[in-house]
Amino acid sequence: MNLHEHQAKELLARRGVAVPPGGPAFTPEEARAAAEKLFAAGHTRVVVKSQIHAGGRGKGTFTSGLQGGVQVCASPEEVQARAAAMLGQTLVTRQTGPAGRVVRRLLIEAGARIRRELYCAVLLDRAAGRPVVMASAAGGMDIEEVAAHTPEKIVRESVDPALGLMPYQARKLAAALDLRGDLLSAASKMFLGAYRTWWDCDASLVEINPLGVVEGTDGRPALLALDAKVSLDDNGLFRHPELQALRDPGEEAPLEVEAGRHGLNYIKLDGNIACLVNGAGLAMATMDIIKHHGGEPANFLDVGGGASVEQVTAAFRIIMQDPAVRAILVNIFGGIMDCDVIARGIVAAVQETHLTLPLVVRLEGNNVVAGRQTLAASGLAVITADSMADAAQKAVQAARG
Amino acid sequence: MSILVTPETRVLIQGITGSFGARHAQLSLEYGTRVVAGVTPGKGGQVFTHQDAKVPIFDTVAEAVQATGATASVIFVPAAFAADAILEGADAGLELVVCITEGIPVNDMLRVKRALEGRKTRLIGPNCPGIVTPGPGPDSRGGCRLGIAPGYIHRPGPVGVVSRSGTLTYEAVWQLTCRGVGQSTCVGIGGDAVPGMSHLDILKLFNDDPDTHGIIMIGEIGGSAEEEAAAWIRRHCRKPVAAFIAGATAPPGRRMGHAGAIISGGRGTAAAKIAALREAGVAVAETPAVMADTLLKLL
Repeated sequence: MNLHEHQAKELLARRGVAVPPGGPAFTPEEARAAAEKLFAAGHTRVVVKSQIHAGGRGKGTFTSGLQGGVQVCASPEEVQARAAAMLGQTLVTRQTGPAGRVVRRLLIEAGARIRRELYCAVLLDRAAGRPVVMASAAGGMDIEEVAAHTPEKIVRESVDPALGLMPYQARKLAAALDLRGDLLSAASKMFLGAYRTWWDCDASLVEINPLGVVEGTDGRPALLALDAKVSLDDNGLFRHPELQALRDPGEEAPLEVEAGRHGLNYIKLDGNIACLVNGAGLAMATMDIIKHHGGEPANFLDVGGGASVEQVTAAFRIIMQDPAVRAILVNIFGGIMDCDVIARGIVAAVQETHLTLPLVVRLEGNNVVAGRQTLAASGLAVITADSMADAAQKAVQAARG
Repeated sequence: MSILVTPETRVLIQGITGSFGARHAQLSLEYGTRVVAGVTPGKGGQVFTHQDAKVPIFDTVAEAVQATGATASVIFVPAAFAADAILEGADAGLELVVCITEGIPVNDMLRVKRALEGRKTRLIGPNCPGIVTPGPGPDSRGGCRLGIAPGYIHRPGPVGVVSRSGTLTYEAVWQLTCRGVGQSTCVGIGGDAVPGMSHLDILKLFNDDPDTHGIIMIGEIGGSAEEEAAAWIRRHCRKPVAAFIAGATAPPGRRMGHAGAIISGGRGTAAAKIAALREAGVAVAETPAVMADTLLKLL
């Protein structure tokens, strides 16, 4: 689950990471009220930031023609006007795809005088089976670009999960970024806070980019998390009701949300052959074999190892809501479950959902002969396949009409 | 004749009284697996019965091990309690713990892995179908089945199978069995980002097992475990290896069902894994339909 920038900053701030003063706004009036407080506190610039679950906002363009999903303003009136021009509008960035995302909330925060832009992230090092804290002096850039072209600019500290990030490790990272004097302890506190956020919240990613060296109110340099991204481990959410409440359903694909309610794993893709498969690995492999035979999968859909009648019915309903679908491929390996039970489930689901699209079914496993007979005797226009390759070819053919 | 478990392995089941655990305890008993104990806290002293089998239930793994001599365990407890269950098994001195449970938080598994360092206990999973060493009986009965795989699809023989995916393992096993080729042991290592034993750990065991003559390795997008396995195969593996990598068509940044199946930062792609495997001399199946055939051409 992904969080908005303002939510990420709240979680970080609670754990000692310095963030610019500010808060979310859902209406132009709220934006103005928030800005008035910041100007009253002596800030001379206020930034209005679109809150969507995608990067590249600053360089994004609204479909209304307005340039930039992040706007710097000099008065409360200007903040209100900009907020009015952004809220409810669609922002297109390099990460949103051409359809863009509707901006429904803003972050109103104090502008900063930035001297240096650094990078900090906490994530899982899968190869080591440990958390890793990464930092780079090349902040404000796409870290994947930095990793690809100048990997020496990234420093890493591997964390023993039994100990957590130790202060000496935080100091090593700070020194590697040449943060000295007061900034050394400020940076240590920031790294420790970022790690604690990652661990306490069961996050899969905490990223502060850019991490700014800014001119503080007293004129001395200070550190501020200028932008922040937090993604949470869905498997850890059960123990964080307060984090579950941060979910923004407006940022999630409706069909994927509906699938989740039925215990299905559905991801919409761009093709026209829908697949319904039991098991994640087999579901991926089914997409691959469709492509191998010249077709394009319309989705990933894992109905779980068991493939119950209720799940299969719900799966058909979800698939049928995708207008691009021209054919459906059901690929089930009935291991423990009887293929005949699965076949009867498919027949019931087809009848209940009044499916009219071409349906190719490949069943394999336990009691498969009876299952195939059930499909053949159903009177439905089911195209049966006797192997995965056969099924993929027939589905590609059917989708072409 | 096999790796990790044999038909003689004495097995205990943590979470034997839950519906999922009970169902698969029954299927393992029917398969002929020596299920000698169950563990459900608070139900110690009760007996799990199925057909002629009577399996004693204990409150703790330590008591079950002491009373029955079990050396391997299968875990069916809910995700919130699974890390504790794994460590309880390790604490009791089990040689092997197989965790079927899906949905364990990554942070829990990081602590578990750390705590298992330096211990003799091997962990398979979590989020996996488990292990099968097929037996000599009809439908491969008389074997050792730890987990949820269908037993009847197996037959004893010379091929080792290791996979991150459950149903793809069954596909590969069934393709082999339908072609008259049996398996030494089939291991589902699970689809999580922080697994216990890796592809590489299992490949080493197959390489050293005199009765395994060929290996099918099934991987998927995410992480770099397949690349690490490929680097080792190139230098050390004495046996023919065929592979299949799922997820060539998966979009980057999306988690494809399995918690660990995600291309992040341009890394963990199917193309990179396939290239590494081919470079190591592994025969990579073009499609999941030809996993067995790809290996059989090498044998």
